[in-house]
Amino acid sequence: MSAEVNYDSLIPNNVDLASDVKLRRAMEQWYPKYLDWWKQMGPDGFQDCDVYLRTAVSVDREGWAQFGFVKMPDYRWGILLAPREENRTIGFGRHMGQPVWQEVPGEYRAMLRRLMVVQGDTEPASVEQQRFLGKTAPSLYDMRNLFQVNVEEGRHLWAMVYLLQKYFGRDGREEAEALLQRRSGDEDRPRILGAFNEETPDWLSFFMFTTFTDRDGKMQLESLAQSGFDPLARTCRFMLTEEGHHMFVGRTGVERVIQRTCEVMNKNGITDPDDIQAIRRFGVVDLPTIQKKINFHTAVTLDLFGSEISTNAANSFNAGLKGRFREHQIKDDHKLENDTYPVAQVVDGEVKVLEVSALSAINARLSDDYIADCENVMKRWNRVIDEHQIRYHLHLPHRAFHRKVGEFSEVRVTPQGLLISDREWSKKYHDWLPSESDLEYILSLMEPSLLPGEFSNWIAPPKAGINGQPGEYEYVRLVA
Amino acid sequence: MQEIEAKLVDLDFRTEPNSYHHWKISIDGELAFLEMDVDENVCALGGYELKLNSYDIGVDIELYDAIQRLRFEHPEVKAVVIQSGKPGTFCAGANIRMLGSASHFHKVNFCKFTNETRNALEEASKYSGQIYLCALSGAAAGGGYELALATEYIMLIDDGNAAVSLPEVPLLGVLPGTGGLTRLVDKRGVRRDLADVFCTIEEGIKGERALQWRLIDELIPRSKFESKVREKALSFTKTSDRPNNEKGIKLNRLDKKSNETKVRYPFLTMELDRVGRTVTLTLEGPIDDCNNIDTAKCQGGDFWPLALFRAFDDALLHLRFNEPELGTLILKTNGDDSEVSSYSSLLEKNSSDWFIREILLYAQRVYKRLDVTARTTFAFIEPRSCFHGLLAEILFSVDRSYMLDCDENSDLEDAPNISISPLNFEFFRMANGLTRIETRFLGEPESVDRARSLINKKLNGSAALNAGLITFAPDDIDWDDEIRLLLEERASFSPDALTGMEANLRFAGPETAETKIFGRLSAWQNWIFQRPNAAGDESALKLYGTGRRANYDRKRT
Ligand SMILES: [Fe+2]
Ligand SMILES: [Fe+2]
Repeated sequence: MSAEVNYDSLIPNNVDLASDVKLRRAMEQWYPKYLDWWKQMGPDGFQDCDVYLRTAVSVDREGWAQFGFVKMPDYRWGILLAPREENRTIGFGRHMGQPVWQEVPGEYRAMLRRLMVVQGDTEPASVEQQRFLGKTAPSLYDMRNLFQVNVEEGRHLWAMVYLLQKYFGRDGREEAEALLQRRSGDEDRPRILGAFNEETPDWLSFFMFTTFTDRDGKMQLESLAQSGFDPLARTCRFMLTEEGHHMFVGRTGVERVIQRTCEVMNKNGITDPDDIQAIRRFGVVDLPTIQKKINFHTAVTLDLFGSEISTNAANSFNAGLKGRFREHQIKDDHKLENDTYPVAQVVDGEVKVLEVSALSAINARLSDDYIADCENVMKRWNRVIDEHQIRYHLHLPHRAFHRKVGEFSEVRVTPQGLLISDREWSKKYHDWLPSESDLEYILSLMEPSLLPGEFSNWIAPPKAGINGQPGEYEYVRLVA
Repeated sequence: MQEIEAKLVDLDFRTEPNSYHHWKISIDGELAFLEMDVDENVCALGGYELKLNSYDIGVDIELYDAIQRLRFEHPEVKAVVIQSGKPGTFCAGANIRMLGSASHFHKVNFCKFTNETRNALEEASKYSGQIYLCALSGAAAGGGYELALATEYIMLIDDGNAAVSLPEVPLLGVLPGTGGLTRLVDKRGVRRDLADVFCTIEEGIKGERALQWRLIDELIPRSKFESKVREKALSFTKTSDRPNNEKGIKLNRLDKKSNETKVRYPFLTMELDRVGRTVTLTLEGPIDDCNNIDTAKCQGGDFWPLALFRAFDDALLHLRFNEPELGTLILKTNGDDSEVSSYSSLLEKNSSDWFIREILLYAQRVYKRLDVTARTTFAFIEPRSCFHGLLAEILFSVDRSYMLDCDENSDLEDAPNISISPLNFEFFRMANGLTRIETRFLGEPESVDRARSLINKKLNGSAALNAGLITFAPDDIDWDDEIRLLLEERASFSPDALTGMEANLRFAGPETAETKIFGRLSAWQNWIFQRPNAAGDESALKLYGTGRRANYDRKRT
């Protein structure tokens, strides 16, 4: 980019980009590479379409949600931090009560950088995972939502890159580049966390992902929003405003799938939710398959929290870098040096809950908060089923089910939490996880519906349009 | 932030023969006699008496000063005899009461300093043409015998009584930590099984057997002791290449001014940051030009390289003993780089002159002192710096170097550069016998040749980085942040782990007696000093003189 670029108009920001020489230079080098990445790895086949997108141009009430048509590569990704709170102090850990850091404390440089790299790596990863979904969108409304989530994940990447470039010097710039070089699912340079290397082959997976995995993102951001490193806390607080929309897309997406299935069952007099053959004949997703998808996505996402008992998590809490979910609302000493916390573990062939040092149980506690949040989602989904008088309830699987990380990674556990043998597992796991044929069936439904106001058969229309737009609004102007 | 411990009086390493309490120098033509006669009532730390010519840091500071002065002030002296002024006793070694009560930190520093002093004495014999002999007119125990071991020729009086001994293991439960074990088998080639026997006999070995086992070089009857010693010393003068009619260079009292945050010497300033726990040492370049050695000799102690290295030497000792909490040393230079280059070439071209040789050897010793200083060392190469030749060596001693990189567009006058000279390839050997550049490039010998091709070229940040001569070259936009984070991060690590890590990384390459002394012997000694068997209330060191027997933890690893 040339020196005449007006950064403030090109890149909405509240970090005084125009006069920050260091940051500008880093951005000048990084921006073209980001655009290359976006064109190569962003939504496939829709880069030239005008999309009705929300852009955040400032952090105030009017600025954070400006709607209009834009081609995605021209999207104005910004660098926006929640406003600075005067006299904020560190709210937990060994430095509790001291003023928050405005610069990276050298002592914690490596730890902080790692936290940001891991968080930053998830943002572009999901864009990569979802890049082919546009082609099978069940409606223009859904397609637009997908792209909205995608550009915002792009902005989340920017947010972490901003912190790396602004506060971590050369190392930070190198890490910022590496974020563009790793690729979801790539054999040689995979994304850091397992779930972000899984495929998102269909729209049900997308809705499940945004329900469950973006919710992990929310939990992580909530804990980082407590950070004693103030720029990180402020960045995450603003990111959370966008994360809410991603979870909305997921939760209502699945809800609309359930709604459609129940409607079809009622209309055709199918009362047995387990009569899969009968239900599938009408081209909708049966509830047991939805349950299997819930099982799968919950387990994969719980793995993202890391080991339930973790020294790393204890260290970053104690250092004041990463707190607990809504730390400031918790009523304890926020130091946890002598506290304990109950953690489920495998003891003598059983899952038991034992008290362990609260500091080392930070991850366990965050995943508990996550599970409680997911239970609320279950309630909403079950309400739809109840409204259609179908006798079926969706459940979250037990936390020990199908885990690859942490206390339960070495054992086989049913969705109800019973320990079983490998043999039993191999006989039963298709009852609990989607089988090849389940996935093939879902894929077979993925026929696009690209006319304004039109929806694919397997999903109900939303209750309301985006930004008050009518049902047949052309959210994406396709180019032939 | 921890509270800063209130300090007692600082140790001062500056002294001169008129103020010695424990030593006497007498010059007799080509010979010098260095007589140890410790005043038992003058101790450096307080709380013990220096009986039987036992020593503490105060005694050793004088010895160190004496060795320095003999080299610079007495070009005519070709052999030095170390002897005792106390009848029947040569030296009983380091004072045991002092060792029993001193802090771990002091003991380690004390041992390191005494080792450096004995190495300097050996170096004088080998490279300076000033050969040390030792005349044992009475018992030489522990550190006393180790002092003798550092000389080239050990004479023991044959009076049926005087013995040499290393009683540390059987008597005190610690090691002879001043190079004794190493020199016994490495330098004198004493058979290891005999050495094992010798090191476990409290009363030591005397007479013929001491000679047979090569513990000494000559046994002299009482009646002939003085004359034979003199005769032997004179015979050693024949091998010396020191000049006969040159004037000595007087080492005036080093000018040192200090307050809580600053210490100032000629050509060197230290700024002490107690919050960040760092010290910035700024070495200043010369203020006048000097292009021949006659002028240099005329300037004497004020000759820039000598004045600078005296300050540098004292500064390192000051920091080690008086500022234990300042864990990171930042080395900077400031001055006219081409002047430093021309001084460097003056030194190089005249390296066979006795005075210049002494300066180069002194610089070598100070750089070695920097190498074994248990602090993190960083060099920052900034505008106005003068890391050329003599001072470029700093870059190869430190743990890391950071150079400000300026691209072509920036104000060239401000861009720092470095320049290496033949000095860096020949004169300053490390304890491992290699130059620092050779040690640095142990895994890539071709880089040594590449560096040689850059001699006397001015290298900017990228050029220096490409040649592997510096660690990082941040530009002005990154500089402040990089440096702040670097220092904060370093200050957060365990000082012990850093000491161990740095010491292990600094000395790649072959082992020598010297690396064994600083590596193996000192490390073991420091471990033993920490163990209950040496430091506990039931230890031999603590119980020494009470009549009670030590109670050891018997487990061995
Ligand atoms: Fe995100
Ligand atoms: Fe998200």
